[in-house]
Amino acid sequence: MNRLKQLFDKKDKDILSVYFTAGYPTLDATLKIAEELQNAGADFLEIGFPYSDPLADGPVIQKSSEVAIENGMTLKVLFEQLKSLREKIHIPVLLMGYANPMIQYGVKEFCKKAAEVGVDGVIVPDLPMYEYEELYKNDFIDNGLSNVFLVTPQTSEERIRKIDGLSHGFIYLLSSSSTTGKALNVSDEIGIYYQRVKDMKLNNPLIIGFGISDQKSFERANQYANGAIVGSAFVKTLADKDDYLAHIPAFVKGIKG
Amino acid sequence: MAHTNYRVTEKGYYGDFGGAYIPEMLYPNIEELRNNYLNIIAQPDFQAEFQSLLKDYVGRPSPLYLAKRLSEKYGATIFLKREDLNHTGAHKINNTVGQILLAEKLGKKRIIAETGAGQHGVATATVCALKGLECIIYMGEVDIERQAPNVARMKMMGATVIPATSGSKTLKDATNEAMRDWINNPVDTHYIIGSVVGPHPYPEMVSRFQSIISEETKKQLVEHTGSPSPDYVLACVGGGSNAMGMFYHFLDDEHVRLIAAEAAGLGVNSGHSAATSVLGKEGVLHGSRTILMQTEDGQVIEPYSISAGLDYPGIGPQHAHLHKTKRVEYVSITDAEAMDASLLLSQLEGIIPAIESAHALAQLEKMTFKGDEIVVICLSGRGDKDLNTFMKYFNL
Repeated sequence: MNRLKQLFDKKDKDILSVYFTAGYPTLDATLKIAEELQNAGADFLEIGFPYSDPLADGPVIQKSSEVAIENGMTLKVLFEQLKSLREKIHIPVLLMGYANPMIQYGVKEFCKKAAEVGVDGVIVPDLPMYEYEELYKNDFIDNGLSNVFLVTPQTSEERIRKIDGLSHGFIYLLSSSSTTGKALNVSDEIGIYYQRVKDMKLNNPLIIGFGISDQKSFERANQYANGAIVGSAFVKTLADKDDYLAHIPAFVKGIKG
Repeated sequence: MAHTNYRVTEKGYYGDFGGAYIPEMLYPNIEELRNNYLNIIAQPDFQAEFQSLLKDYVGRPSPLYLAKRLSEKYGATIFLKREDLNHTGAHKINNTVGQILLAEKLGKKRIIAETGAGQHGVATATVCALKGLECIIYMGEVDIERQAPNVARMKMMGATVIPATSGSKTLKDATNEAMRDWINNPVDTHYIIGSVVGPHPYPEMVSRFQSIISEETKKQLVEHTGSPSPDYVLACVGGGSNAMGMFYHFLDDEHVRLIAAEAAGLGVNSGHSAATSVLGKEGVLHGSRTILMQTEDGQVIEPYSISAGLDYPGIGPQHAHLHKTKRVEYVSITDAEAMDASLLLSQLEGIIPAIESAHALAQLEKMTFKGDEIVVICLSGRGDKDLNTFMKYFNL
């Protein structure tokens, strides 16, 4: 939480976050990619822990999860890799994945381990507010981890306010109601939705995700929010197993301009 | 004395199981359903149309048939609840008729569904044709090949069948694809889930629509035997919709022993099995906390059964609760035992059962009965769809 808070205190616009799947394209890629992204100018990172049935994700991230699982990535392996995370990585890092692997690991233990290795927050798209509040909230709070909730164009104002109250980090504003990897909707309606949420003057910063793939969509997202998250578009560039690190600087430059 | 509650709570839980583990993108859809389904179902015009369709279109009530030669063989009084005689050949249509009326009332124009063996896909395509609604069926690429006649039936009724090509290309992946479709089309689309699985309120809603099975059975038992309570009720379980329908009105009658037969495939410990209650652990799949087959790391394991309708890696959350509280006994039946039971019923009674239903029948072999004990078995579907499998297996 502190690293996230420090980041948002220092910088309140044009923040770039990049998502990638741990263990993809190779099992040992996780920290190398993180370091390269940091060097290239990413402001914070989301490291995905893979799941066999990622129903909020589109084909690109789903495929990367499949490959990562085949490569042998598990939460145990990931936490082992992340032991040296803070030797070189100084920017905030969040873990992103689905409820079941986290539950099997044990949520309390998961939160403890995440905090130990220096993770700042967690995004679990299929862990909604009610389940979080009833079952897991204290595990997150006890370990100083932010739990980041998603908001869609269909989320009611009342629910957004509740999410704002439960969040300590930022709010993940979805560009549309869709799975990951769909092109950004540029209709006026979306602009109205962003503006509506912006006008609510929430306590937490807003980061827009889903459909951010180039400089144009990144800039547009920044008109309304503190920053944006790139996922599928980045994961796509990692498909080149032998030379995946070489593509990273140009990719980040291509987004930030 | 504390009475165990087998019904759902307002938040969608059965004991420790259930809930709605869904991404925020699906929250409005689920909330819309949760807030409206009970009211809509209770409306007189809904009930009038629902009952009329069940009677004249589906062909209900389905008979409760006293299987004399089967009874003689096992030394009990065995009744078969003939869901195989429903229009489209299985119990699945009870639920799709209910949900299509609900979708209409909610103003939905587009229907999506997942299917494994194709029975739920056929039942969905059928009611969409009946109501003139667009119908998209997600089916694993592997299942499309295995169940070609059902694919043809769906297409003939105007449905679009989309192959699920991700993961293991079977039912679990078809379900993921259908959920993704729903995420991407949140406003005009209703997702007809085919079993008692998924986020709340689906498990409760589907079991309610299927509860017509036990409601009729109780009345029919009174006609046959003078009492609404049998000694045993048996049904097969994949996700568990026919079993929930068959058990529904017996749950609070603690004298009735409820037995659910799961597919052990080549054997519970063979690595090719779908015996979820034995092999599974608590976890979250497709929107609810339940029991599912998974690796230590929480990755879902693909199940196996000779019957395409039972190879689901989880069971519905209410089943998980009934298992944990021991209200229902979950048993494992191998492919071979189910195939033998299929042949036996065909030859003793002239009824070729779906291989799914034969798993429930096979349990008879493992039981001993006292005197005139009364047994009801849900014959959830007919075996026409399985002829290819029978032909290969028995070398017919």
